Amino acid sequence: MKKFFSDLYKKANTGIWPIVIALAFMVVGAVSVYQSPRSLTAFLILMATPMILYFMKMDMKVKVFIGLMLIIVILPVLGIRNIFYLEVIFQMAVFAALALGLNIVIGMAGLLDLGYVAFYAVGAYTWAIFGSKQLSLLHSIPGAAPADAPFALAPQWFWLFLFLGVGLAAMMGILLGLPVLRLRGDYLAIVTLGFGEVIRVLALNLDKPINLTNGPQGITPIQRPPLPPEGILQFLRTILTPIVGHPPTDAEFYNVMFYFIALIIIGIVILVATRLEDSRIGRAWTAIREDETAAIAMGVPLVKMKLAAFAAGASFAGAMGALYAANRTFVSPETFSFQVSIGVLTMVILGGLGSIPGVIFGASAVVLLNIQILQNFSLYLSDLRQSDKIIPIINFAWKDLSNQLDPAKYQKLVFGLILILMMIFRPSGLIPAERRQRELGEDKIEEE
Amino acid sequence: MKQIAENPVYKFFLFPIGQIIVFSLGASLVLSLITVLLAYIFKFNVTDFDLVERTLLILPQVVINGLTIGFVYSTIALGYTMVYGVLEFINFSHSEIFMVGGIVGIQLMAYFEHIGVLSTMNEYLVIGLAIILAMAISGGLAVTVERVAYKPLRGAPRLVPLISAIGMSFFLQDFVRLILSLTTGEFNVILPKFGTFDEFWVIAIPAMANPLRIQIKSAIMVGVTIFMLVLLNFLVNGTKVGKAIRAVAQDRSSASLMGINVNQIISITFLIGGALGGAAGVLFALKATKLDPFSGFFPGLKAFTAAVLGGIGNLTGALLGGLVLGLLEAFSASYLGIFTNGAFGAEYKDIFAFAILIAVLIFRPSGLLGETVGQKA
Amino acid sequence: MNKRLFALLSLLVVASMALAACGAPAATEAPAEAPAATEAPAMTEAPASSGGESMGTIKIATQSPLSGGQSLLGVAIKNGAELALEQLGGDLRGMGYDVQLAPYDDQATPDVGVANAKNIVADPDILCGVGHLNSGVMIPSSEEYHTANLAFVSPANTNPVVTTRGYAEVNRVVGRDDVQAPAAESFAFNTLGAKSVYIIHDKTAYGQGVAEFFRGAAEADGLTVVAFEGTEETANFDAIVTPLVAAQPDVVFFAGIYNQAGVFFKQARDAGFEGTFMGTDGMDASDLADIAGDALTTGGGMYYTTVAGPASAYPAAAQFASDFEAKFGAPPEPFAAQAYDSMHVCLLAIQAAAEAAGGMPTRQQVAEAVRQVTLDGLTGSIAFDDIGDLPTAQYFILKVNAATKDDWGKNEIVDILEVASPGMGE
Repeated sequence: MKKFFSDLYKKANTGIWPIVIALAFMVVGAVSVYQSPRSLTAFLILMATPMILYFMKMDMKVKVFIGLMLIIVILPVLGIRNIFYLEVIFQMAVFAALALGLNIVIGMAGLLDLGYVAFYAVGAYTWAIFGSKQLSLLHSIPGAAPADAPFALAPQWFWLFLFLGVGLAAMMGILLGLPVLRLRGDYLAIVTLGFGEVIRVLALNLDKPINLTNGPQGITPIQRPPLPPEGILQFLRTILTPIVGHPPTDAEFYNVMFYFIALIIIGIVILVATRLEDSRIGRAWTAIREDETAAIAMGVPLVKMKLAAFAAGASFAGAMGALYAANRTFVSPETFSFQVSIGVLTMVILGGLGSIPGVIFGASAVVLLNIQILQNFSLYLSDLRQSDKIIPIINFAWKDLSNQLDPAKYQKLVFGLILILMMIFRPSGLIPAERRQRELGEDKIEEE
Repeated sequence: MKQIAENPVYKFFLFPIGQIIVFSLGASLVLSLITVLLAYIFKFNVTDFDLVERTLLILPQVVINGLTIGFVYSTIALGYTMVYGVLEFINFSHSEIFMVGGIVGIQLMAYFEHIGVLSTMNEYLVIGLAIILAMAISGGLAVTVERVAYKPLRGAPRLVPLISAIGMSFFLQDFVRLILSLTTGEFNVILPKFGTFDEFWVIAIPAMANPLRIQIKSAIMVGVTIFMLVLLNFLVNGTKVGKAIRAVAQDRSSASLMGINVNQIISITFLIGGALGGAAGVLFALKATKLDPFSGFFPGLKAFTAAVLGGIGNLTGALLGGLVLGLLEAFSASYLGIFTNGAFGAEYKDIFAFAILIAVLIFRPSGLLGETVGQKA
Repeated sequence: MNKRLFALLSLLVVASMALAACGAPAATEAPAEAPAATEAPAMTEAPASSGGESMGTIKIATQSPLSGGQSLLGVAIKNGAELALEQLGGDLRGMGYDVQLAPYDDQATPDVGVANAKNIVADPDILCGVGHLNSGVMIPSSEEYHTANLAFVSPANTNPVVTTRGYAEVNRVVGRDDVQAPAAESFAFNTLGAKSVYIIHDKTAYGQGVAEFFRGAAEADGLTVVAFEGTEETANFDAIVTPLVAAQPDVVFFAGIYNQAGVFFKQARDAGFEGTFMGTDGMDASDLADIAGDALTTGGGMYYTTVAGPASAYPAAAQFASDFEAKFGAPPEPFAAQAYDSMHVCLLAIQAAAEAAGGMPTRQQVAEAVRQVTLDGLTGSIAFDDIGDLPTAQYFILKVNAATKDDWGKNEIVDILEVASPGMGE
């Protein structure tokens, strides 16, 4: 059986076949999503395309072309047709960027950061405070703010704050890192966890003595960066109206724009990460990860290098935070819980520590699981519950199925299972980094 | 002198109890003095009433509150510290094992209520049975968790079992919730009402306006934890198993060469740690009167902080760390609001624990008592 | 690319296909969905007024927590709406529309609420919605409804901000916190004769909002506010209770949800607090009595205010209560009747808009029609002012007479206030 598949795969993986298969998946996927915009199957077929592109042998140029086609043209158009997919791909992009950032810290430098969400929160609150009316409400009671307060800054400032979010988060990373980076790995994990909580509690409580964060009420509305000039929009509208069946609204353009900003940030993260990996810093990180004592002996400036990793990881989270605040036009402390940190960690672990394609895959898979697959499964169960169907052999009526058995509610269980199973059976991830594979797969590090 | 030190009654009974008393009184005294000093400093800030007077008014009560919760933290912290001593690994899911203990205890009492014998049974017997059952189930769960999620990873790089433990923690939270909601349909587990331990002993203190009120519950909590601590001390320092545990903690491979079954010892360590966690869970449940599947996370995190504070891997350190952390929390929550005139309040008490953790790790990475006991680097 | 990897990959593909197959029925469960999407693309509702049998599908969404800690009230909202759709949807069905319910679970979390809102907005068949339970979820989610012109009627959200943003799509059939909290304060000050009050909240958007309004009213009346605390603690309140007991206020006002408040009440009473407890509609759950026990009936007792009165307060709802129990096997929880009325508003508005448009109405037409609706609902007469509030809403003050769960129905109404909506505020 296995041989049959492996032969089949070998045959399919030669010559022009890979391109044909990839195109087939993309076209079939795109058409079926277009035809039935709410079908999950159709969307999954489409999302299989990048996997095929990654794994099968074909010319690099073709790969890049098909990939860009999918990411830049097909997904946004389908997204405008069904705005929910814009949300899905936006979340995928946001979490992919977060996971890539965390991957620098954990995967490349080997520092376990359980409070990664703190840097995301810093970025989000940076733009939230300055991009909303909050600055003029510093002395008002949360929740009782006058509605006619002015915005502090014009929406164009968002672009600056995207960079400020990066800088501020990196600074926080350094401030936190300076004292704690001397610690061993597991202490570091707990301290960063604590730091994540501290930031959340601060966001929750800094509504007095000065109302900086508006406390549990959260900050809303937050401004969004302006859309491209009307001329371009008009042009896009003319092109897109016949394709998607209705003139795209501003809200849809906003979502597409945020998706593209996220893509650009991901591009930068990937560029930085790959460049770093082969640089002096990257090699120093590897050395630290493999054996700290040896690294020190070889003259690697330990704290400096760890700080660099911490700051680099943090800065990407800061950028995504600012983007998230602008996209949602709302931030509240609830968004930045420990569960998010673990969610991002799960993405990194699932895909493969240190592996860029792996991490992107992990992020997409977990996001899909979270907001599509589990949700749909829940809806499916709830439909069954309302129906009169029974399970034939054991004679169990679906009606009697407990209301509480709702897969969408058990994300923690899913995250937990993924983490345990991956660690036991495949610690290097589904798409391992080449170096990691060697390291985690075969040689186990000797304990002293 | 040497003879006294070797006397088993002294060594396994008087000395640890003396230690506990010294630690509680010492920590309380130091923190009380600091607080009174702060009260004088912040006096100008408060105009409605005399700050020093108000501080002294509630001081004894705050100390009692702090010690009560401090002993619970100590008991949980012992679970972390024992596993760390043996495996050098943070058993992240210990907080869930603690929570399971509490829920099991409450469910047993609810079962007694259900079959109608709760009101006729001796209340201390009920609590005793609940604690024993919780210890058995939590201990068993801890051993199972170790076998399933940690044992296959022994020898892997440090982060690997830690990540698995985090996964286990998340998994257990939702798994317990799943079981609870499928069996009872409820999210909260509520302690049934029975017995007289909600009542108070009221002790008038001379020269104080407010009498000291000690809830019988709190006395039970403190009493049971002290009993456990003494028992554990005996187990670790006075028995063969204890010797083996210490040997494994010192040097696993040498211990193995000396004929100690390391895997078995590790299982026993998890069993003891889990059982302590289960007992602490029931005691915590008495106080909280209501638990849910997420109740364990924060106390667990704080207990871990306590373990680090005292010097992780060091049993006495866990005791001291728990007491200090409990007291610090009680003091910060009670006084922060009063001292700052409402600008800050009890809401900051949770991050107080983490701030302390970071501070300790910066200035004294080996913890308060970290240096006195030999442990692996 | 090694073989093991490929084996894994193929496994993944198979697994995802299997999952997809599993999920597929859900995605295509609603009949006529895919064809509707191909023929009448999103949001341009072609008026198919050819006079055929079927005029198309209309869906009405509900969003509330259906699972987890607050599911009791969230499911009540869904069930109330479901019953209304079943009993009152006849008129629209008679006009040839297939009317369906689309229930969503917001998990009481803003992020999930917003993601669901995008999902709802993306479904062109959904013309109106009922929800949410939590104001903290309603406020960010309604930004999405607002951009999509989708009318939403809230059965439970009391935070003023829900309507004071002036969105034409957001409405509610209950009162507001900036009336409820001052009403509670005035009860404490005038009726109970309190001189000092201790205010504590649960650090959520809801709790803190109510607590702030209470404090504002208390300061205006000259009532001494002993302390104003927020806490996320759920188990051990000793550290908060000790200074509280030392200060001995007349009233402790807890703005939050019963499962936290119950523990707090019990520990405060145990520690020697003799005064009166007060709370808001978050306290209206029989579990409170189970957790707090006789702490609620001893000392100064316990009172709470609510915008959703008990069944006895609504004579018109008797039939509803028995129908509800017959269908769902349990008596209606708070907000079920409000959800029933909210669904009624949606149905009437869609019907009016459909008649005016002579075919499938647009979302905007429905949103405009909602504001024109007047009806005598289960919970009183319903109409909306220019920001979507009831012109006058009812507020209830109840005294707790229950020390156990089963006695919760014995709570008595102490006072009913009819107060006009404060509008956009100052």
